[in-house]
Amino acid sequence: MEPFRYERAADTASAVATVDASPGAKFLAGGTNLVDLMRLGVERPGVLVDVTRVAGDTIEDADDGGLRIGAAVRNSDLAADLRVRTRYPVLAEALLSGASGQLRNLATTGGNLLQRTRCAYFQDVTKPCNKREPGTGCPARDGDHRNLAVIGHSKQCVATHPSDLAVALAALDATVQVVGPAGDRAIPVVDLHRLPENTPERDTILERDELIVAVAVPSLAFAERSAYRKVRERASFSFALVSVAAALDVSDGVVRGVRIALGGLAHKPWRAFAAEDALRGEPANAAAFAVAADAELAQAEPLRDNAYKIPLAKAALVQTLLGLLQ
Amino acid sequence: MTVAPSRAIGAPIDRIEGAEKVAGKALYSYEHDVEGAVYAAIVTSTIAKGEIRAIDAAEALGVPGVLAVLTHENAGTVEGEGELAVLQSPRVAYRGQIVGAVIAETLEAAREAERLVRIDYDVEEHDVVLRADHPGLYKPDKVNPSFPTDTEEGDIDHALTEAGVMVDETYRTPAEHNNAMEPHATIAIWENGGLTLYDSNQGAFRARQTIADALGLPHESVRVISHHVGGGFGSKGLPRPHAVLAALAARLVGRPVKVAVTRQQMFTLTGYRTPTIQHLRLGAQADGTLTAIAHDVFEQTSTVAEFAEQTAVVTRMMYAAPNRRTSHRVVALNVPTPSWMRAPGECPGMFALESAMDELAIACDLDPIDLRIRNEPEIDPESGNRFSTRNLVACLREGAERFGWSERAAPGSRRHGHWLVGLGVASSTYPARRAPSTAYARAEEDGTYTIRIAAADIGTGARTVLTQIAADALEVPLDSVHVEIGDSDFGQAMLAGGSMGTSSWGAAVVKACRELRTGKDEAHADTSVDVDADEPLAKHAYGAQFVEVRVNADTCEIRVPRVLGVFACGRIINPKTARSQFLGGMTMGISMALFEETVIDPAIGGFVTQDLASYHVPVNADIEEIEATWIDEVDLHVNPMGAKGIGEIGIVGTAAAVANAVYNATGVRVRDLPIRPDRLIGKLSG
Repeated sequence: MEPFRYERAADTASAVATVDASPGAKFLAGGTNLVDLMRLGVERPGVLVDVTRVAGDTIEDADDGGLRIGAAVRNSDLAADLRVRTRYPVLAEALLSGASGQLRNLATTGGNLLQRTRCAYFQDVTKPCNKREPGTGCPARDGDHRNLAVIGHSKQCVATHPSDLAVALAALDATVQVVGPAGDRAIPVVDLHRLPENTPERDTILERDELIVAVAVPSLAFAERSAYRKVRERASFSFALVSVAAALDVSDGVVRGVRIALGGLAHKPWRAFAAEDALRGEPANAAAFAVAADAELAQAEPLRDNAYKIPLAKAALVQTLLGLLQ
Repeated sequence: MTVAPSRAIGAPIDRIEGAEKVAGKALYSYEHDVEGAVYAAIVTSTIAKGEIRAIDAAEALGVPGVLAVLTHENAGTVEGEGELAVLQSPRVAYRGQIVGAVIAETLEAAREAERLVRIDYDVEEHDVVLRADHPGLYKPDKVNPSFPTDTEEGDIDHALTEAGVMVDETYRTPAEHNNAMEPHATIAIWENGGLTLYDSNQGAFRARQTIADALGLPHESVRVISHHVGGGFGSKGLPRPHAVLAALAARLVGRPVKVAVTRQQMFTLTGYRTPTIQHLRLGAQADGTLTAIAHDVFEQTSTVAEFAEQTAVVTRMMYAAPNRRTSHRVVALNVPTPSWMRAPGECPGMFALESAMDELAIACDLDPIDLRIRNEPEIDPESGNRFSTRNLVACLREGAERFGWSERAAPGSRRHGHWLVGLGVASSTYPARRAPSTAYARAEEDGTYTIRIAAADIGTGARTVLTQIAADALEVPLDSVHVEIGDSDFGQAMLAGGSMGTSSWGAAVVKACRELRTGKDEAHADTSVDVDADEPLAKHAYGAQFVEVRVNADTCEIRVPRVLGVFACGRIINPKTARSQFLGGMTMGISMALFEETVIDPAIGGFVTQDLASYHVPVNADIEEIEATWIDEVDLHVNPMGAKGIGEIGIVGTAAAVANAVYNATGVRVRDLPIRPDRLIGKLSG
């Protein structure tokens, strides 16, 4: 590991100022991903600015009936919050499906959203990777991509985003509150992460010196009927092959409102707008759910070894929506 | 021979060093506090084949704290061969091979500088993919360790043509890595004209001989100490190249050197199970009686050394038929040399054979247990020798009763909600061998006894079991016996491998203790003559695993709610540590069935899988109800304790039992491991 300087930020403004001033600086929160990547030599920050004490560690009721979650709230605490569990079960389930108890005790809300892909090539500095070293190529495209993207990938990158939390937040229309040198801004979670295109080194639209300080989850009455379904080979402690975050509002057997986001398919949490459009006003049954899944997955372009994700995502989506009817 | 009355043997004794381990007081190799020790970080090749043109170590040497950079240019001569010929040439034989090391005052400096060593290569075209039609396949002179490569009796092709029922299928297993919890680690100390190594291994004496030979030193000038070992599974059976590197590094800087292989480096430096392609052909009469068994295996080795896994050897003794054939072909690829991984040979071989037996049972419309009982041989089909004991049928029957085998339904017909439910069974076996060992026993003045033997406790409970054996041989309480292990100075002893540890060491301990009881104060025992006098019997342990799986009808996720293993392994010396061994073996078998695969990238020429996030083994949530039991058996033909080894049999057969259960649940046969949702999705009917 290369030497680095560690600083504990006094407040968010000084944290941003420090990172702004040092090209090699990075914000440090739970460190459950960043520190691993430093050990691997993938990340080489000259300065770590610890924001765990300043980025907000409370969960507050917002004026609109939603929640404002401090960026430093630990995954375990967020998952255990009674408001989260009753108003947004999808969020609690997504959190609890991720990592292990020990990691969730450290990992933060903001950091979870900014974790890097687990693509094996990205994590091995002896192998090419456009995300890690732009211009070196993407061996995963023709190599080991069984668990990589089927939607929105590019010639330069076929990575997936690993976060479960981000998938649930995308479905809930959550917004991240960001502080930066140029001022504050709010970014919808669905726009936070980006597709790789020709610049896979950029996971999100955040600037390097912008700090997430909170996540706002708006009120959504029917989110009380929501769920997160993570499909994986191992029963626990592994990333999703595919995952589904869904909330469903049904009356008289007809879908009035629906929210769907998919994980494990793309470089970003994939909000399934096409599936939602296909479902609204339709009967709430397996046939309609399957049609909606097909509508969303029609755009998938599987690679040699990951076409299985398409029927898998469809099965998981239909199963999850059916589960919400009960 | 009569069975001595036993007190400690058969009792569920807690691990003697358990408290020390949970308190963190048990020192593993790397943890020994050695004055003046410095740290080496291993530099590995980033190409799969070629030659080092130039090494630029200037930047690495500039890192504060760095003492030296070890390369083939300054390593000095090593006499070891194969993987132990560390840094002896600029040639690169596989990606991830040792090409150097940075030695520094701190681990952090060594790791930082390791990335700064610049190596230019002349790159040559590599070849890393095993296929059954590879033009480089050849017939090795023998298979691990010294079995005939091929066997043939009768007329297999004719018999298959004539067979009323036939199974003709190909099964594949991927490269798999042992991944012990404790990484391979060595501290090398040159002192008093000799070399001392704290090393994590499965046999300190064998490690000493091998490392001394590799370095061209007299055996007596090398001492290897390994008091506690955090798992090995075969990967620590013989010294790995980092141990030689530690000695070279220590010699270069004139200081003790600590080397730990990183988890990532474990994928190229510590051995692995070869991928296998296994062509199985079974011919039978309509009633299931086997008439032909053919098992042809294709696997890989490296260009560094030949390791030919004995994958089909188990098929030579498992079931009888008048026409039989086994063969092994290997191809030397630009890959690390495969090596031992829990039950090399039996484990992948029985996945194929026991899957094929399940397919034959279906083809004959027979219960798979009945098929196996029908084909149970009277004598060893290979040697013609009598079996010392063979209680496979008892295991199958006992397991069927306990597991509720009669609940098994037609394939794809049982469903609980979203989950398809299936039951599977497979036979298990492992040789019950032993090897010569020496032991020392002394009666102390305070009435206690000291036993010294160069045994290894790699997490198995060997230290505890040997204490029990000694206590009974001396007819004294357990706490009067102090067993010391893990030191090459204790003399020749078998390594912890081949399920031969307890059998080999225990016999030597018993012999030393019996000699002590003739009135001597101390005794040295050597079992060479006893082992040479062993009767020519076919000696094997047997077992049967029963598995229930649930397969999600929509997503094809596979879960294993219930596993039972019934074993016939002679006398069980310690039911508590034995149960752990059986459960651990079966857990590793479930892991092999569902998770484990090391992926190689043909273009890059190396493994992509590199850590425990990409190489999955089961977590607690994957192992639900699992139990092991055993039938009463005492086999005094194998050793004076009447006990057969139990380290490996748990894994053998388990993967087939899982695959057979998946078939029973879904009606889909998966012949390529691991069995994952991507291999099932779209294939389930309804």
